Amino acid sequence: MKAVVTVTGTDRKGIIAQVSAFLCEKNINILDISQTILGDQFAMIMIVDVSECEEDLASVAAAAAEMGKDIGMSVRVQHEDIFNAMHTV
Amino acid sequence: MFNTTDVIETIDMIEKEHLDIRTVTMGISLLPCIRGSARQTAEAVYGRVTTLAEKLVPTAEQLSREYGIPIVNKRVSVTPVSLITAAFPEESPLVARALDRAAAALGVDFLGGYSALVHKATADYEKKFLSTIPEALATTQKLCSSVNVGSTRSGINMDAVKRVGELVKETAERTPDGLGCAKFVAFCNAVEDNPFMAGAFHGTGEADCVINVGVSGPGVVQHALSFAPEADLTEAAELIKRTAFKITRAGQLVAKEAARRLGVPFGVVDLSLAPTPARGDSVAHILEELGLERVGGHGTTAALAMLNDAVKKGGVMASSRVGGLSGAFMIHAVQANALTLEKLEAMTCVCSVGLDMIAIPGDTPASTISAILADEAAIGMINGKTTAVRVIPAPGKKVGDTVNFGGLLGRAPVMPVHTGSAEKFISRGGILPAPIHSFKN
Repeated sequence: MKAVVTVTGTDRKGIIAQVSAFLCEKNINILDISQTILGDQFAMIMIVDVSECEEDLASVAAAAAEMGKDIGMSVRVQHEDIFNAMHTV
Repeated sequence: MFNTTDVIETIDMIEKEHLDIRTVTMGISLLPCIRGSARQTAEAVYGRVTTLAEKLVPTAEQLSREYGIPIVNKRVSVTPVSLITAAFPEESPLVARALDRAAAALGVDFLGGYSALVHKATADYEKKFLSTIPEALATTQKLCSSVNVGSTRSGINMDAVKRVGELVKETAERTPDGLGCAKFVAFCNAVEDNPFMAGAFHGTGEADCVINVGVSGPGVVQHALSFAPEADLTEAAELIKRTAFKITRAGQLVAKEAARRLGVPFGVVDLSLAPTPARGDSVAHILEELGLERVGGHGTTAALAMLNDAVKKGGVMASSRVGGLSGAFMIHAVQANALTLEKLEAMTCVCSVGLDMIAIPGDTPASTISAILADEAAIGMINGKTTAVRVIPAPGKKVGDTVNFGGLLGRAPVMPVHTGSAEKFISRGGILPAPIHSFKN
């Protein structure tokens, strides 16, 4: 099962490292990353594989949001189906 | 496959433009609960509702977290209770209170279906049932009640219309600030699979248990239109259609997944752009984005007609099964400073399901409330669509006052009504005959 991780907030050093470490700890594999800076705003979108993660997606999403608060970023983990449903016919 | 722009668009829709799933409503048939006494029936009803809907709230909350989209309301609708208690109608409030206890135990926001369908005539047991509605609403918290007084095929039961006016008055007097009236609605052409309150009930033509979903996203449509200030109305309609498609797809996904996890059939997605008062969004803002200085002015009805139609066209494509009210826009009376009751009534001719959450002076006669309902029912009957009236004659309140019910019900300013009496017209009773175009067989 795939999920989409989005990270937004003010740019600074180490964001990707911290988010990647979190995902690795949860046994989540990163399949694709795209990242841009708009002004001082950092925006990253990751497609990840959560099939080997032992926690359910809802608790991963909650943990990611908490981790986001710690590093001062908005971090969301969402099932890919919401994007597939809304943007593909 | 979606791209980066799509991901950002969805997140903005949810976080900035208030896209949400307005409600996941489980419809439950109570027909297997009929027993020899009201007490036994009430026990059976409590048992069935709490068993079938046991996982509704946790499942909806789980889905909300997984997809990252808010699900604002979790609700239950049941078979019209008048059918369940037909053998002992005076004791129906026992079932009302059992349903209310079930709703509290489940943690759902509202439970609808304390209802009677009397569009052609009021049977003796239904007369007795109707008389219990004020007590039922005065002794429960989450229960919602509705009455269907007319249909395109049968005409309008004016005796029932008269009775509903009296019941609304009595309910207002028995509940604080008339709160009970916020949980009561009278329909013409009521639908069996409506997921929205206060009018949700589970029709007898429905499955044993079913999941219906309503979406909400007026803010998303408004936002999309804000990027096209120079678009002509054809282009604007196209933009609304595309946006409605995306919104409805989110509803379809949640509906199908909720149904799968709960092990019950998926019913319908209701294609209404119903605003969620608690989140502060409004259909009125879309109409203003289209170029009206204030909703309620000239041009409002035309703008609303276009909006409603475009939402349906986009939504139908997005969902495998569409139903409920589909096309109902609840223009809440919160905007009443710019709207009159007459203009609201005109707007209901092209889209809205009716006059919803309208507070009126507490001294409004019952016959005037009946007449407001008769007007709306006539619009529904002639146009072959659902119309409804939910008015609150707030005791002791006058025009200019505001009633605040808090939370999901929101607040409503007291609007003026015509003082000319309809007493004689309403007291005539009888049936307003069905229109000629209802004879389609």
